[in-house]
Amino acid sequence: MSKIIDGLYYCESHEYVRVDGEFGYIGITDYAQHELGNVVYVDMPEVDDEVTAGEEFGAVESVKAASDLNSPVSGTVVEVNEALEDEPGLINKDAFENWIIKVQMSDASELEGLMDAAAYKAFIGE
Amino acid sequence: MTHKFFPHTPEDLKAMLARCGENTLDDFYKDVPQELLFKGDYDLPNAMSELEVRRYFEELGSYNEVMTCFAGAGCYDHYSPAVINNIIERSEFLTSYTPYQAEISQGTLQYIFEYQSMMAELTGMEVSNASMYDGATATAEAMMMAIANAKKRNTVLVSSTLNPRVVEVVKTYAHFHGVNIVMIDEKDGVTCRADFEAKVACGDVAGVIVASPNYYGILEDYTGWADLCHDNKALLIMNCVASALGVIKTPAEWGADIAVGDGQSLGLPMNFGGPYVGFLCTSKKLIRKMPGRIVGATRDVDGKRTFVLTLQAREQHIRREKATSNICSNESLMALYVTIYLALMGKQGLREVNEMGYSGAHYLAEKLVETGKFALAFPDKPFLNEFALTTSLNIDALQDMCMSMGIQAGVKIADDKLLLCVTEARSKAEIDALIENVQYFIEKEEENQ
Amino acid sequence: MNNTYYGSLIFELSREGRRGYSLPANELKQYGMDALPAQLCREQAPGLPEVDELSVVRHYTNMSNNNFGVDTGFYPLGSCTMKYNPKINEEMCNLPAFTGLHPLQDPDTVQGALEVYYELQRSLATLAGMKEFTLNPFAGAHGELTGLMVMRSYHASRGDDKRTKVIVPDSAHGTNPASAAVCGLDVVVVKSRPDGTVDVDDLRPLLDDTIAGMMMTNPNTLGIFEHSIAEIAKLVHDCGGLMYYDGANLNPMLGKVRPGDIGFDIMHINLHKTFSTPHGGGGPGSGPVGVREGLEQFLPNPRVIRHDEDDSHYYTVENGVNSLGSISGFLGNFGVMMRAYTYILTLGKENVKNVGPLATLNANYVKESLKDSFELPIGGVCKHEFVFDGLKDKSTGVTTLDVAKRLLDFGFHAPTIYFPLLFHEALMIEPTENESRETLDAFIDVMHRIAKEAHDEPEMVKTAPHNTPVSRPDDAQAALKPIVTYRELKEENV
Repeated sequence: MSKIIDGLYYCESHEYVRVDGEFGYIGITDYAQHELGNVVYVDMPEVDDEVTAGEEFGAVESVKAASDLNSPVSGTVVEVNEALEDEPGLINKDAFENWIIKVQMSDASELEGLMDAAAYKAFIGE
Repeated sequence: MTHKFFPHTPEDLKAMLARCGENTLDDFYKDVPQELLFKGDYDLPNAMSELEVRRYFEELGSYNEVMTCFAGAGCYDHYSPAVINNIIERSEFLTSYTPYQAEISQGTLQYIFEYQSMMAELTGMEVSNASMYDGATATAEAMMMAIANAKKRNTVLVSSTLNPRVVEVVKTYAHFHGVNIVMIDEKDGVTCRADFEAKVACGDVAGVIVASPNYYGILEDYTGWADLCHDNKALLIMNCVASALGVIKTPAEWGADIAVGDGQSLGLPMNFGGPYVGFLCTSKKLIRKMPGRIVGATRDVDGKRTFVLTLQAREQHIRREKATSNICSNESLMALYVTIYLALMGKQGLREVNEMGYSGAHYLAEKLVETGKFALAFPDKPFLNEFALTTSLNIDALQDMCMSMGIQAGVKIADDKLLLCVTEARSKAEIDALIENVQYFIEKEEENQ
Repeated sequence: MNNTYYGSLIFELSREGRRGYSLPANELKQYGMDALPAQLCREQAPGLPEVDELSVVRHYTNMSNNNFGVDTGFYPLGSCTMKYNPKINEEMCNLPAFTGLHPLQDPDTVQGALEVYYELQRSLATLAGMKEFTLNPFAGAHGELTGLMVMRSYHASRGDDKRTKVIVPDSAHGTNPASAAVCGLDVVVVKSRPDGTVDVDDLRPLLDDTIAGMMMTNPNTLGIFEHSIAEIAKLVHDCGGLMYYDGANLNPMLGKVRPGDIGFDIMHINLHKTFSTPHGGGGPGSGPVGVREGLEQFLPNPRVIRHDEDDSHYYTVENGVNSLGSISGFLGNFGVMMRAYTYILTLGKENVKNVGPLATLNANYVKESLKDSFELPIGGVCKHEFVFDGLKDKSTGVTTLDVAKRLLDFGFHAPTIYFPLLFHEALMIEPTENESRETLDAFIDVMHRIAKEAHDEPEMVKTAPHNTPVSRPDDAQAALKPIVTYRELKEENV
């Protein structure tokens, strides 16, 4: 049973966004980290890069798999989680605590198109 | 049905068909629509015995002529120690496949690790992949790597002094991959710096490809080029002749981001064009953008040092259309060839090889210029073992005459330009024979006038 | 192969001042390299080893003993066609009259080599039902890329630039979509039916004027013949697309079916699979590309052309004006062609017909003999290979990986595992036509024994292998902190 947190927004490619004012913290869900297995590398964008809702901004890699990271929202990257560079396995320890990028959102209305915790729970069939 | 490659006796066939519940071998194809079955006869000869096969190829071989080779242009006639062929024919190496099962493939994995280490030493770069098809495709892969790295930029600059055969392959890949290739002009046998500076600043350049030594054998001075590339967010890609890297300034010393080239000059037989081996080395920062297989060191469950294929998640069998490249394998056996070559030659042997090539080439150039019919195409430009001459002589006729004496007198690269190469495999007597033939040709020509 | 591990690296044998080579004295040393400007020379000599000749020979010989090849034992690696690599092939490809040729020699002096190229391409054309082959591509993946370039060149020549998509079955090997992407094509996936063949109903709506073509293997990756191939080819052709045949699974077709006769327009062949050239630990391979009549003008440069005059003939090397361009420095992996052509001559037209049927017999024999212990998701006749979905009895948690590793203990190479992706525990077995009934029986016995062990003493299987040079490696550590050179290895003290 994967961990799902209320109050976050989820998308079908298994990223979440935690909203804090005009900023969004984006990471992969606990379900996604579990499917991937031991994460060995996170390919992250650079600060000031633009991200677009539904489009790729990086990738997570385990020994046997690799998965693109798609941004749930559009905006500008204001911070990347540098701890993941040295210890990508933090995502396996706690995927929600260890967000990947922090984005200044450009269009809050995009959140309306995302799933809430209950919908995501149904989506992954748990 | 009896043939040395088929072990099935009539009894075997009967018993095996019975277990499968079939009566004849044809029954295995009853799911194939009958109109699709091939019922004709292949246009092939009947089976040959081993004696006949030998005779056949010996006869074909007699239609070839192995020459005393003064040609380079991407393929070099170097000495190859006897040890190498003996070892690479060992069937444990020869008849294995990609080392998927590390526990019974340490031999392959270990030599690839050695190969990567040696190529990193030669180029000065931090990492190498497990090898690629050849130098031309390795350069094309580096071009695509620069594009993938830059994300939004789509132009790659290519120096006009890069081997035109490599340029052709890069252009083909670029055309289909949707990459814009812009050539940088040549000036006096080297890449035009002013043209490079103007073009790299256009804002769309993802990478710049230059050559060292270049197509004319010239060692170009790339001081400051890497900085200019990096200021413009482009990667510097350097295509090198592997053997020369034993002595010339390395791609890493020039500040290049990717070093590529053909490893054929490291003792591989010329083999009428292949198999050779491409190398691709880069920085640790770019390792996950690097195409091809990579072997890494780790430990097994008992703590023993073990080598494995690693970073496989970037590869086509997992990433499919999002992979860094469609390359599935490497040129493993040829990488082993290079590894054993470098193990035997070591740093001293590789230096001697370059010294001998340098001496022979400079001697030959001097003597040909002394005839009065040749001039260095690019005087004052430093070269190692390959050089271009301009001449007023009819190059085709000159080459034909040398050919009749069993000498391959270089490669014609323009109506008035001849590219010549001398390696350590050419004795002074052989070089003198070429010079004498050229002198004889000149005398004959003067007589005819 | 040894069970003891030889683990030294050549760098660890290096001692300053040792040498493993001999060169003649430099007779021209007055022309000294010290005349080169210092800023064009490397500051330090490369960190290459210094080792004497015998130490080098022992080092690589011992290393080879840690390796398993076809000559060592049964190698049922699915989709890789690990057939016997005849020794005569090696002798012929090492003939000095061929190995000593520079690729830019005058055609007059390489007529024998050009005849090998020409005759091999002609032989492949008759075997595959195609008009002409190029032998320039260096490997199967390279052939795929070249074939797709032919496809795009064909559409471009008709001024049809809308066709930017290629259809690939979901069961296809990852190389197919990867090659398409490198070639600038978008991939559209078509679904499989429960029996693993292409779902024609799923295909129909995908077909329109944006489709450049479709890539398929036949038999597919499950070893099943695509019986709707004629209908599929017609549908794709009717929408203006071309059919591409991935030659990965050509072996069972030899002697029975020619891709050119069943609707394919472009194809590649892996000489290292179907035509017995050694895999060499991952290369050199060769991936000739064949095309039907009308497409040969798009083949890559350079091409070998035969000119007939009265009783004689002559070969030239030419560039075509409509060619897609060059994909190789010269004429491809010539040494590999020498081997493949030797193999074809050794088999002859009368024996080549038995290759496919005997490979198919061997596969079906193994399948029928093991289906009580392993889960066979798709029954019926297979071709050269088949796929089990793990053990029939999965109650003890023994996986396909465990079975594969345990096989190594018994002197067999493992089958291909976890491919195709259609099943969770895929175990893909391909015995070639060269394997004797005794070898197959020995493999069958061991597989049954492992299935029994998986039930009776699962730990034995889960911790396998037990008597190989090394045990299971820590793949995660290798990927987390890649150590890929000796320099790094010393720093990290591995």
